[in-house]
Amino acid sequence: MESRTTSRRNFLSLVSMGVPLGAALAACGGTGPTQTGAGGGSGNATASTGGGGGKSATYWYLSTQPQEGVRTRTVERHNKANPNGTIQGTTFQNDAYKTKIKTAIGAGQAPTLIWGWGGGTLRSYVQAGQVEDLTSWFDQNQAVKDKLFPSSFGAATIDGKIYAMPCETLQPIVLYYDKRAFDKIGAQPPQTWGDILDLVPKFNAKGIAPFSLGGQSRWTNMMWLEFLFDRLGGPEIFQAVFDGEKDAWNNPLAIQALGEVQKLVKANGFVKGFSSITADSNADQALLYTGKAAMMLHGGWTYGSMSTDGGDFVSGGNLGYMNFPPIDGGKGDPGNTVGNPGQYISISSKATPEQKEIAKKFFAGALIDQTAVKEWVGTGAVPIIKGADAEFAASKDKDFLTFVYNIAVNAKSFAQSWDQALSPTAAEVLLDNISKLFQLSISPQEFATNMNAVIGK
Amino acid sequence: MSAVTTTARPASRAGRGGSLGWMTVPALVFFLGFAVIPLIGVLALSFAQWDGLGEIGVAGFANWGAILSDPGLPHALWITFLVMAVSWAVQTPASILMGAFLAGHQRYRAVLSVVFFIPLLLSSAALAITYKALLDPNFGLGAGLGIPLLVQDWLGDPVLAFGVVIFVVSWQYIPFHSLIYQGGVRQIPRSMYEAAELDGAGRVRRFFSITLPQLKYTIITSSTLMVVGSLTLFDLIFVLTAGGPGDATRVLALDMYKRGFQANLMGPASVIAVILVLVGLALSLLLRRLGGRDSGHSQLEGA
Repeated sequence: MESRTTSRRNFLSLVSMGVPLGAALAACGGTGPTQTGAGGGSGNATASTGGGGGKSATYWYLSTQPQEGVRTRTVERHNKANPNGTIQGTTFQNDAYKTKIKTAIGAGQAPTLIWGWGGGTLRSYVQAGQVEDLTSWFDQNQAVKDKLFPSSFGAATIDGKIYAMPCETLQPIVLYYDKRAFDKIGAQPPQTWGDILDLVPKFNAKGIAPFSLGGQSRWTNMMWLEFLFDRLGGPEIFQAVFDGEKDAWNNPLAIQALGEVQKLVKANGFVKGFSSITADSNADQALLYTGKAAMMLHGGWTYGSMSTDGGDFVSGGNLGYMNFPPIDGGKGDPGNTVGNPGQYISISSKATPEQKEIAKKFFAGALIDQTAVKEWVGTGAVPIIKGADAEFAASKDKDFLTFVYNIAVNAKSFAQSWDQALSPTAAEVLLDNISKLFQLSISPQEFATNMNAVIGK
Repeated sequence: MSAVTTTARPASRAGRGGSLGWMTVPALVFFLGFAVIPLIGVLALSFAQWDGLGEIGVAGFANWGAILSDPGLPHALWITFLVMAVSWAVQTPASILMGAFLAGHQRYRAVLSVVFFIPLLLSSAALAITYKALLDPNFGLGAGLGIPLLVQDWLGDPVLAFGVVIFVVSWQYIPFHSLIYQGGVRQIPRSMYEAAELDGAGRVRRFFSITLPQLKYTIITSSTLMVVGSLTLFDLIFVLTAGGPGDATRVLALDMYKRGFQANLMGPASVIAVILVLVGLALSLLLRRLGGRDSGHSQLEGA
């Protein structure tokens, strides 16, 4: 098979790219790239993939299942339909990918298709002139633009220009709970923040952790702050930070929100040893579906993995979900949500014209076709394509999909995750301080002071 | 090198010197290419402003000022020093004892020395992932075996997390240093022990009066490797704790990586890299000074 030589060549180019990074990347152990062969073994693709690098585009994406399967099959569909312009996929683990893609772009070795979350990271690519401006392409292909949720374009737009193709799914953060645990203590799911604080001692008394949390990953803790900020003061508090207003973190409501989360930590609201748990290993989800924790605040994407990994936890109707409850006296609209308004693929400006053409064909074709909609619905997530709800009826996850769809449609504000919205520099300081905040090693005021120092950076 | 330039020397000597000089070329090229040139690059970057993506701009001394006044630097230095000191204090006695034990020629000791060597064969990243899984408070070893003592917030409590790092590092590197000590002990002339035995010295006395003093240079070699090695310790800590909880295990190397590759601040990261190089050089010089001054002095007097 000729495709074997191609994948080896690509592997070599990956290795040579890796050399200057040295030990640093070797450290991301167990996260080595996994090649998914172009053409998926179909005979018609081999002739072109053997033809040389210029005719084939490269695409890096995340390896978490079941999303990885959908991405791989999407690429395979594209390759079958376009034997003369195939895409070669490589997968990476979530946290390792964030570093790898940045280094590859800086070294001028970026893949043709740069997968990401938009926002602040995309802005840094744009400022470095590393990604293509797609505004005119979207103007010419109005049909593509009209197919997608308008809210998904926010994080793809930098200074009025579109630099990425929104794709895949809407992922609001959802409050999951285990109905069995609530039966055990004979309580109802929380209606307010006050209810949450009241539930904590009840669960602890029964030996069930109130909340599961993969605290070592840090962004998992951040989701709590995102909601507390929003419910207390609305999206305006963080917007002020995002807009670079001086001392924006000193807002009394921000300080109050930071204090509320520490209150929950002090009350043993999170599972014991949460700082030792990572989200990458899905151990936080395992705590919920094995009945060790009663609730979990997590992204919509975990529904899919809990259905796959959790035995009959999801299929048996034990999983409950709701939007984050309001806080008494809070100004924020309880319909608001936070999370990922979509995923984003940019085109590297270093790619050859042929590769760019392949990428655009992929955008208009397999990436958002009806099969993609069906596949994403199949993973238990809502695609960002309009009218996707028509596919829900046939899905076993109908209720969850409708719930997410309604959140997305009704939310007055669908805020992007903070670490994605901010610049990488500010995001790193943010995650660092969040971890210390949950560790109770800094006070809310110290948090605000540390964060004010990097506003606008 | 000198042989090539000094033509006055006899031809035969020049020829010999020339061939020896030539042999250093591959090593020199590698050293230049992979150590000196990147080092100059890092030094230059420490005066530059670069996010790893775009154009490189000039920053002057701004990076140095920012890093040297950052409270994170003394903290990272302190953690690095602690890792160095504690892991040295744990590893050295254990390695000497194991090395002396394995130096015996009995067959079971030969078998044991192969078994002890295994941790060194494993990659640090794989080790870290394994330990992380074993130490998981909910699904790890303690929970699985039902031993409450093992169910701790191993990686979430600053003191415990630091202890875990030291433990795993020691677990991995003690076999290596034992090997060095094993070689060292085997080089001690048997006649010394025989003489001591005749004088009525027991096992313990022989260990402290002969083995330990004779191992002086081995200890210095092994300590240099340990100290400089713990300075660049990165992969294991990165995978195990990622520097956390908070910044409890954030050593200098990790601080550098986080600033450079996660926060996109290549300039300040390069400043830390330069500091790392300087500290490493100073330490290995110091250790050489400690033991190397009288290296001409014989340790085998009376043997």
